[in-house]
Amino acid sequence: MEGRDRPYLVLFVLPALVFFAAFFLLPMARLVAVGGSGPGGAAATYAAIIATPRYFRSLVSSLVLSLLVTGATLLIAGIAGLFLQRHRFPGRSLLVAMLTFPLAFPGVVVGFMVIMLAGRQGVIGELFALGTGQKVVFAYSMAGLFVGYLYFSIPRVILTIMAAAEKLDASLEEAARSLGARPWHVVRDVLIPALRPAIFSSGAICFATSMGAFGTAFTLATEIEVLPMTIYTEFTLRANIAVAAALSIVLGVITWAGLALARTAAGSTVVASA
Amino acid sequence: MPRRSRAFAFQLAFTVLVSAFLIVPVGMSITAGLTANYFQGVKSGLTLRWVGEVWRLYRETIFLSMTIAGTCLALDLALGVPAAYVLVRRQSRLTRLFEEALVLPVAIPGLATALALILTYGVYREFRTSWVFILVGHVLFTLPFMVRSVLAVLSSIDLRTLEESARSLGASFIQRFVGVVLPNCRGGILAGALMVVTLSIGEFNMTWMLHTPLTRTLPVGLADSYASMRLEIGSAYTIVFFVMIIPLLVAMQLLARPRQHAAAEEPES
Repeated sequence: MEGRDRPYLVLFVLPALVFFAAFFLLPMARLVAVGGSGPGGAAATYAAIIATPRYFRSLVSSLVLSLLVTGATLLIAGIAGLFLQRHRFPGRSLLVAMLTFPLAFPGVVVGFMVIMLAGRQGVIGELFALGTGQKVVFAYSMAGLFVGYLYFSIPRVILTIMAAAEKLDASLEEAARSLGARPWHVVRDVLIPALRPAIFSSGAICFATSMGAFGTAFTLATEIEVLPMTIYTEFTLRANIAVAAALSIVLGVITWAGLALARTAAGSTVVASA
Repeated sequence: MPRRSRAFAFQLAFTVLVSAFLIVPVGMSITAGLTANYFQGVKSGLTLRWVGEVWRLYRETIFLSMTIAGTCLALDLALGVPAAYVLVRRQSRLTRLFEEALVLPVAIPGLATALALILTYGVYREFRTSWVFILVGHVLFTLPFMVRSVLAVLSSIDLRTLEESARSLGASFIQRFVGVVLPNCRGGILAGALMVVTLSIGEFNMTWMLHTPLTRTLPVGLADSYASMRLEIGSAYTIVFFVMIIPLLVAMQLLARPRQHAAAEEPES
């Protein structure tokens, strides 16, 4: 059967293969070539990323921001996700629906949501004004970006944690508790190890999405120096195409490596759905 | 027991707070889009004036987003479903490599992919300035979701036995694909299709780089309205976006539910 079907199978996979080669592999090769085409060649271009404070700072702030967002999201979504998976109460499905609704929001909409929360007319500012008489506006800063990244990361991570928690063996926890383990020890020694694959996979997706997120920063302010904004500015405003290409490659390698690393650490297949 | 219920109350309060963080701004923007003057508050009266204004200013972006999402879906079906079938049928190192490579446009930020496309094909003016240029980016980004969705269903059924029996009855390759394979992966195709359309409608990171003033999609228009229009118009435009994606999200939820149950009941499949 295999032998006779072979020509058909080749014919079936060919369109996808050709499309992918023409519109992804070829352009990526071109990107790498352009990244190495600056004055002084590839080495000089990549060295400039480290040596130029503006580029290096934006790389570091992207990394720090994404790591902080990943940590905070795992904590928040971990608590809420486990809670929702373990308890059945009226209004639960409404809560789940509310927590997963923003999943399909593009970065620009997330940015607008941050403006609604913490912008000049934002609800947080109004609440603060009632309490202290002083209005707090932080949407257009790194703090606003942090809130925005948290906003689009929580729904993704909650879904993964809930799916993983569904398969947990409750008797392990019960055993630990009956042997006198304190709640925190149960979390540390039973829950976290059992959820390890989900934590790694959703954490990596969260990190990769935060590194590459462009729309949120674009909506909030053009002066925030994170890597995607720097790439955009270099390419469109400064026409510094070699640097923009090199920075894109650095960005792509970081997100890809993060996902690959998590997959090895989790020991199971991670579907990148960022 | 009181300890336990206190822990329950604390976690419930925490979860409610998190969902408030996500939903309050949605509610605020819906209100703002329907309020005559947001700075004066709802007491200034409710109006559909801003929605009308959005229709006047940005209706082309809505049509273009729908056209791109529909064409993107058609292309993903034509390219992705046969490819997924081959990936299940022939599991060699080569096909696994292809499967891994297909996910790269999702793992790599859209900005990088868009830049690569512009550097390679930007010189072809006709192509660069048409909406097909955006379409190519969307297909790259969404194809892995279609392939994976179909792949998941095809790997969970005993395709070999089904096909073997069809073949012993004299069915040709095409007859088997159309009569046996396609009906069996209907669920995966539908789930993948909903995902693809939702992602395409909301795609911004890539589209912002690929668009031209004459090829603006809905998220590109949104970014423009947030930057240059009054808050009420940006909000009303956001309502239009919500209205477009809510049916897709609801359909996705409904589709996921019975499948989860079926999977729980049939552990051997």
